[in-house]
Amino acid sequence: MNWLEIKNLQSVSLKDIPRVHVDDLTGEIAGGLRSGKRLVQFFGNEEKDIVTLYVILADDNSSKLFVSSSNFDGNKSYRSITPLVSSAHLFERELYEQFGIKPEGHPWLKPVRKGIPGINSREEKYEFFGMSGQDVHEVGVGPIHAGVIEPGHFRFSCHGEKIYQLEIKLGFQHRGIEELFVRNNARQTYLLKLAESVAGDSVIGHSGAFASAVESLSNLDITRRAKQIRTSALELERIAVHLGDLSALSTDVGYLTGSSVFGALRTKIINTTMALCGNRFGRGLITAGGINFDISTALAGKIISTMDRLNDETTLAAEVLFSSASVLERFEKTGIVSKETAREIGMVGPAARASGLAVDVRSDHPSGGYEFFPVHKLTLNSGDVFARAYIRFIEVQQSIKIIKEQLENFTAGEIKKDVKQLDAEKFAVSLCEGWRGEIAYVLITGKDGKLSRVKIKDPSFHNWFALSLAVRNEGISDFPLCNKSFNLSYSGFDL
Amino acid sequence: MLDLIKLRKQHGYQAIPDVRGTELLSTHRGFPVIDESKCEGGYVNCKDICPTGAIEINPLSVDLGRCIFCGECEKACTTGAIKFTSEHKTASSKRQLLNITSGKSFKEYEQAAIDSAKEIKKMFGHSLKLRQVSAGGCNGCEMELGACSNVNFDMGRFGIDFVASPRHADGIVITGPISKNMAPALKDAYRSIGTPKLVIAFGACSISGGIFAGSLELNREFLDEVKVDLFIPGCPPHPLTFINAVLKFIKK
Repeated sequence: MNWLEIKNLQSVSLKDIPRVHVDDLTGEIAGGLRSGKRLVQFFGNEEKDIVTLYVILADDNSSKLFVSSSNFDGNKSYRSITPLVSSAHLFERELYEQFGIKPEGHPWLKPVRKGIPGINSREEKYEFFGMSGQDVHEVGVGPIHAGVIEPGHFRFSCHGEKIYQLEIKLGFQHRGIEELFVRNNARQTYLLKLAESVAGDSVIGHSGAFASAVESLSNLDITRRAKQIRTSALELERIAVHLGDLSALSTDVGYLTGSSVFGALRTKIINTTMALCGNRFGRGLITAGGINFDISTALAGKIISTMDRLNDETTLAAEVLFSSASVLERFEKTGIVSKETAREIGMVGPAARASGLAVDVRSDHPSGGYEFFPVHKLTLNSGDVFARAYIRFIEVQQSIKIIKEQLENFTAGEIKKDVKQLDAEKFAVSLCEGWRGEIAYVLITGKDGKLSRVKIKDPSFHNWFALSLAVRNEGISDFPLCNKSFNLSYSGFDL
Repeated sequence: MLDLIKLRKQHGYQAIPDVRGTELLSTHRGFPVIDESKCEGGYVNCKDICPTGAIEINPLSVDLGRCIFCGECEKACTTGAIKFTSEHKTASSKRQLLNITSGKSFKEYEQAAIDSAKEIKKMFGHSLKLRQVSAGGCNGCEMELGACSNVNFDMGRFGIDFVASPRHADGIVITGPISKNMAPALKDAYRSIGTPKLVIAFGACSISGGIFAGSLELNREFLDEVKVDLFIPGCPPHPLTFINAVLKFIKK
């Protein structure tokens, strides 16, 4: 057997993971993807000068994950898989950047988080794709953008107003998070707070995924009540960001009513999160072994009534937004990503679902509160800005329903258990559907039972490339709108 | 059309009428009050549990410039020597004042925390335009700064706005621990702002590195070269913390 079959949040012994030759492994990845599997992780781990490549594929229909590995013992290169499997392109670049393992024949082997001029002279310089010819020009934007947002560089190759090609250069936010996890592996509290800060708009998503992985490594099943609170908080986070995005999308098309109304609705939700845990983004809520703040009966009642009101208010606001001709004129048929493209490049989250690709960890690989109340996957087909906006609205409605299900069937019990020592030499995978899509953590422990490798994948790692493709042949003035319709994370990508 | 009218009625008037007097929910973790006489020492070490090294013992103190207001120390301390109040006006114009020692009351802190030269009012009192630069910020601080301009907080009513071009700005607001990869762009933006200019450090990361302090991927040299005029503690700081701090600084 070349693959070890596991489930989400199941930890396995490192020695049980098959070791196969890299060429066989890449062949099997290509075969797996042809048969409908999805590439979830593809990363290196260095131990005693030997780099091991770990690969995780997901079979969403059967809720199974497949793990395999390969050793680079002396050989520093292998045949690239990207020509066969487009969704592997960034993973292979990352492996090259982090460990110097070269994928031969990779068509786009550029730095991922490095290559920024003037930082480090030994770094490989990032070369942008160039176009030349009459009426062809380039537009460079960033790293600092116009608004109060994170930095990244966008290089447009345009013909007149039309975008031929957009290249996105990130890495400006790189803070060395994976290394910080391992260096501070003895400080449990620190690690949780660090996970909260991977992407500050996905605090619950990231800290929940990390905490679940830690619990898996210590064979701890947290209480049902804690799971329900985590699920409710994750859905509150999803509602808040989706509403904020609908507000921002309205702003980008000059529709000020939508901008104000959805913005105000978002404020109510993040203030609900503050009532729950003292922070508008859910910081401090999740801890390994459960959660830090309980939901009293009174607060649960208040959240349920807030949800009922929100449902009515959002529905009215959405009806007005999505029936405005001036809004639809900008949203519809703008920035289309087809389902085939979405599948090929491995898109995840609401952006993928807006293109008709039914991927949702809550339904495909359920854990925590989603085990008690299954989530139905929502998809749309048009793959344009409209679909990415509309899916946010229907997901808000869905999240409201999920929160009510959890809190109306709230189970009594403790909210926190003690975490024991982590098992030594284990490998744990934790998938969580953050509001952007699949957040994936892989934790590996050493002989001493401490974390020796933490691999984080924010959904933005898959979806930034989708934005590049979405804006092709669009007017450059539609870029901000397309960008907002994805709302991807710079810090989550840069780590 | 009728739906639109209905929606406007539902929306109502959202702006907080009095940003200076508004109190936050009691769950909010703001200014910490320390009572060292309650500390029995040694049983649970708040210093060890603090993720950002904000706590010193003997004597007991909390550095708001490092603190991410997670409340772990308060939970770990069974005797109540550290308690977070919901007071949100935690900003200061002097770095050393952020170090909160035993017995310091919020009132006492607030009175001395923000001080500015008398020319500041004349220069920036009627209009203050700021350029925000995220240098490794996780988007938490960025979202709260964005919220300052939303319909609820409506900072624009005081003539304070964020602008796109540093050439139009009177000052810079830094978020994030300043990653190596952003250090040159941050310096460029700062240099592009005309003098006199303000520097505001927003959030634990920009003030001290926060949770990322000690990372090898940071380059915080910029802060050695400039004088920071205003420190806004928090992770992320609440919009009211920022707005009130700026208002007080420009004596509005």
